[in-house]
Amino acid sequence: MVSEYPIHVEDLTVAYHDEPVLWDVDLQVPEGTLMAIVGPNGAGKSTLIKTILGLMEPAAGQVLIYGQGYAQQRQQVAYVPQRGSVDWDFPTSALDVVMMGCYGRLGWFRRPAGRERAAARAALERVGMQDFAARQISQLSGGQQQRVFLARALVQDARIYMMDEPFQGVDALTEKAIVSVLQDLRAQGRTVVVVHHDLDSVPQYFDRVLLLNVRAVAAGPVAEVFTPENIRITYGAKVKLALKNGNGH
Amino acid sequence: MNLLEFISLVFSDYTVRTVTMGAAVLGLVSGVLSTYAVLRKQSLLGDAMSHAAMPGVVLAFMLTGAKEPLPLLIGAGLAGWLGALLVMLVVTQTRIKADSALGIVLAVFFGFGLVLLTSLQSSGSAQQAGLNKFLFGQAAALVLDEVLLMAGLGGGALLLVALLWKEFKLLSFDPDYAATLGFPVRRLDIMLTTLIVVAIVIGLQTVGVVLMSAMLVAPAAAARQWTDKLGRMVLLSGAFGALAGIGGIFVSYDVENLPTGPAIVLCASALVAVSLLFAPNRGLVAGWWRARRSRQRLRAAAVLEALYVMGEHHGDALHPHTLRSLQTALPGKDVQRALGQLQGEGYVFHNADGQWGLTQAGAETVETLLRETARE
Repeated sequence: MVSEYPIHVEDLTVAYHDEPVLWDVDLQVPEGTLMAIVGPNGAGKSTLIKTILGLMEPAAGQVLIYGQGYAQQRQQVAYVPQRGSVDWDFPTSALDVVMMGCYGRLGWFRRPAGRERAAARAALERVGMQDFAARQISQLSGGQQQRVFLARALVQDARIYMMDEPFQGVDALTEKAIVSVLQDLRAQGRTVVVVHHDLDSVPQYFDRVLLLNVRAVAAGPVAEVFTPENIRITYGAKVKLALKNGNGH
Repeated sequence: MNLLEFISLVFSDYTVRTVTMGAAVLGLVSGVLSTYAVLRKQSLLGDAMSHAAMPGVVLAFMLTGAKEPLPLLIGAGLAGWLGALLVMLVVTQTRIKADSALGIVLAVFFGFGLVLLTSLQSSGSAQQAGLNKFLFGQAAALVLDEVLLMAGLGGGALLLVALLWKEFKLLSFDPDYAATLGFPVRRLDIMLTTLIVVAIVIGLQTVGVVLMSAMLVAPAAAARQWTDKLGRMVLLSGAFGALAGIGGIFVSYDVENLPTGPAIVLCASALVAVSLLFAPNRGLVAGWWRARRSRQRLRAAAVLEALYVMGEHHGDALHPHTLRSLQTALPGKDVQRALGQLQGEGYVFHNADGQWGLTQAGAETVETLLRETARE
């Protein structure tokens, strides 16, 4: 049986130096949903999306993108890494970083030209950064850097978006810009998976959630699985619940 | 010998020209590739690889008995490459971190190279004398064929950098993202490392294994100070490298028995020092200047505001005050200097009684400042 889910994760186990980081995780993400991955530090959230993206080898289990391996389907997937994963003192401009989103399409040796530049400018505009195109990237604020990364993924024009902590340490303006892009993407029927830290905003921003702590504690519509009980299991009893109003619905 | 004599020698003297060209080629190629080593924070890898080349040189000599450079350089390249491969293996297969792996490989290979070299020396092999130059470099021994070989190798390396421009850029900035786009990051990494080995091989006779790593750091570190664009950084780094190479030859002609390696590295270091100090934006002097200017602006703003507030007590913002009363209001600040500056800019006046007061423009500036502060 071939799975037609945008993302289908089956019995996934990932280990780092014999230490399991993910244990027997199953996950199906339906098309056109905004899904949050939440869990405590060290729960394997980033590892999960890195494994889905083929950046890490699973010890067991498999990941299918529209029923096939990542290598066959990578044009369908765009990645927004953690802002802290690169050195922002790299000698380049915001526009140049966004144009990197075209590199996969361009293939070997070919350089980006006018078309790619136009696409990158349009993407910068979608995240409200059109005035910063020529800015050296180290001169951007953290939130602006995050929006540059988002714009780079938008240039890929993919059906699936994987984002690692896009809201981490950003200003209110950036948070608003990102949320509006997320909603646009969902309205266009694309699938978005976001590693998220702030439990309070899960019901407001997302329609599905995966509660992860090495194992998948629960996954499904926010209204059904984002319960105080599941959160307690995920974060352990010693962690105070961040939720103020039940499950927010 | 002065600089002019040196320049005329470059054009008239065959040996000087050959040696200078060799050093320039070495500087250009290592300068360009140093950009990637520095941006990828792999300067230490260059150090390990160049030291690792030493046993390759000696072994190649022992096996072939040749004094021509080609077999020795091939040996050096293979050993350097093997060293880099070993570092990657240790890092991926064990829990030893990269810095320790680099240190181990460097020490083991270089130590082994020295043992081989010493054993050759004690066996009295006359030919081994030529091998010492690989330690600290001896450009004077370069012949045209070798320079052409260096130029050929270096030209190939530079051509690859131009062809794989966007791939190497992406690899250096965000390798994980490059992998998700489908670029074979591992293979690109090995290719870039191989190009750095080529740069090392080119530099062996001129700079030597001990100091070659400096040529894989200094030009790029200097170039980074002057520009925020990768393209310009690569060109500038290549130019700095070539300049250091030529400068080093000039210096070593001037000083008896000075090996070319240290001379070239000293020139490169001078370029780094000048760049760190005097580059616009990133330079230290520019930084001090900016800090001074902003201190002056803050001090001036404080004086303006004090004049305004004190004036309002008299019901008139433009009411003048003595220097003494201003100094009391702003203890610890160089009020007099700020006033002189503000007077020059037309924000304050100095009347016949020796009192200071705001001009209309000064009062308006303070009002704007106060409005902005209130909004924040």
